[in-house]
Amino acid sequence: MLGWLLDPWADPINVRALVEVLLLGATGGALGCWILFYRLAYSAESLAHALLPGLVLAALTGAPLLLGGAAGLVVAAVGVAVAGRTPAIGSDTAVAVVVTALLGLGALLALSPDTPARLQELLFGDVLGVGGADLALAGALAAVVLGALALLHQALLVVGFDRASASALGRSPLAVDVALGVLVALAILVAVQGLGNLLVVAVLVAPAAAARQVTRRVPAMMAAAVAIAIAAGVAGLYASYYLDTAAGASIAAALVLAYAAAHVARAAGRARGS
Amino acid sequence: MPGAAVTAAGVACRGVTLAYGARPVLRDVTFAVGPGERAAVLGPNGGGKTTLFRALTRELEPLAGEVRVPARPGVVPQTERSRLDFPVSALDVALMGAVSRLPWWRRPGRADRERARAALARVGLDAQADETFGGLSGGQRQRVLLARALVQDAPVLLLDEPFSGLDTRSAELVMALLDQLAAEGRAVLVATHDVEQARAWDLVLCLNGAQVAFGPPEETLTLPVLERTYGAAIVELPGPGGQAVMPPHHHDH
Repeated sequence: MLGWLLDPWADPINVRALVEVLLLGATGGALGCWILFYRLAYSAESLAHALLPGLVLAALTGAPLLLGGAAGLVVAAVGVAVAGRTPAIGSDTAVAVVVTALLGLGALLALSPDTPARLQELLFGDVLGVGGADLALAGALAAVVLGALALLHQALLVVGFDRASASALGRSPLAVDVALGVLVALAILVAVQGLGNLLVVAVLVAPAAAARQVTRRVPAMMAAAVAIAIAAGVAGLYASYYLDTAAGASIAAALVLAYAAAHVARAAGRARGS
Repeated sequence: MPGAAVTAAGVACRGVTLAYGARPVLRDVTFAVGPGERAAVLGPNGGGKTTLFRALTRELEPLAGEVRVPARPGVVPQTERSRLDFPVSALDVALMGAVSRLPWWRRPGRADRERARAALARVGLDAQADETFGGLSGGQRQRVLLARALVQDAPVLLLDEPFSGLDTRSAELVMALLDQLAAEGRAVLVATHDVEQARAWDLVLCLNGAQVAFGPPEETLTLPVLERTYGAAIVELPGPGGQAVMPPHHHDH
């Protein structure tokens, strides 16, 4: 049994993947709670999809993916802002139109004969392919996001709970929204390198959604979300190793299973209580 | 009240017009509520009560005129405006009142926590301190938000329909508490639909898209003023010692 548990970590590739999963799990789990509280799951998913053209263009031109992703995010933000000013459509529709257009553009570019074989990595990630630079980046992201969340905790709580009274309590809803938006964008930009364009949202939303099912207070929910994200990440790596499945997809599947298990646990707890 | 002074203490407005975009929704508001005074703000839905409170919290800048309030007034909103699904306890919410005194990166400390517990005890909810805010009754939630304002220790309190949906015990407790808070020197403004309750207050401000009247209850709670405030929907009832007047009862959202 011990051998079964330890075997995957004899390979440095898997160890690097484990470190990446620990860093992204801690970041995604904690940040994900605020994404849920502020009802930003749709925005986070949209941002992740909208930066695809930037990633593909970076891959085509040989530019750093981080730079391409950042440019993609800026274009998406400007596009949503402009489309959202059209009186005939609401902001949700504007986001949907812009994101669909950008995702389509990204797919079109990806079908170009010049596109390198790395496209699949952009879409689904390659957590087993992370190198030292990726780990350093993920470490820096974890430090920035977790540090910022610790400093902003009370402001996030006050604005999220009662936006209308926040100004009277000395906390600006606009400043808090901007700070949270920047953190989410940063997290997507970095996490997309390891988990891919389509799977990054899983680590930002699923752990927090699962933790919400089984906790009653914000600090407990954040701790549970981090634990679930890391546990699901590790489980996904084991599944990938022993079942020979794609690592990113295995992690995403484990995250969804964790949510389903938490949902069932909550329902069972309620049934016992009634 | 023409010529109302804009005072350094309490809360005051002079010639204030408020708008969403370019569309004015409340015009020509001039009043002053000093320390220790309790004022009722009466008006129909859409009459401008909540809009006025948004200006007093600096959430909305006036299109014209001058608003004078202390930096951070204590606000007790309708409980429906807060997030009932948020995983916070009554103590967590009361503790948010301490945030106004702290720099943005600091968390409340042990002394703030004690102050929050004392505030919850003052509103009769010390036993519910660890219960989830969204699981409390409407009256209890209102009292928790009042505790948050107590922890904030603001010289001006703005309460948006605090008696709406309250059981008798909660209403009596909140009323007695507001009397105490005014006696401590705070200016207390309460948006309400309850004309009879407003008769017990020091001042009444009547709004209906513009200021209709401001002054002591005996001058403002007259049938002509209330008809201008609430329109034809006002109901006049015979009452002991004079007429009682009932506006249609509904809530701002």
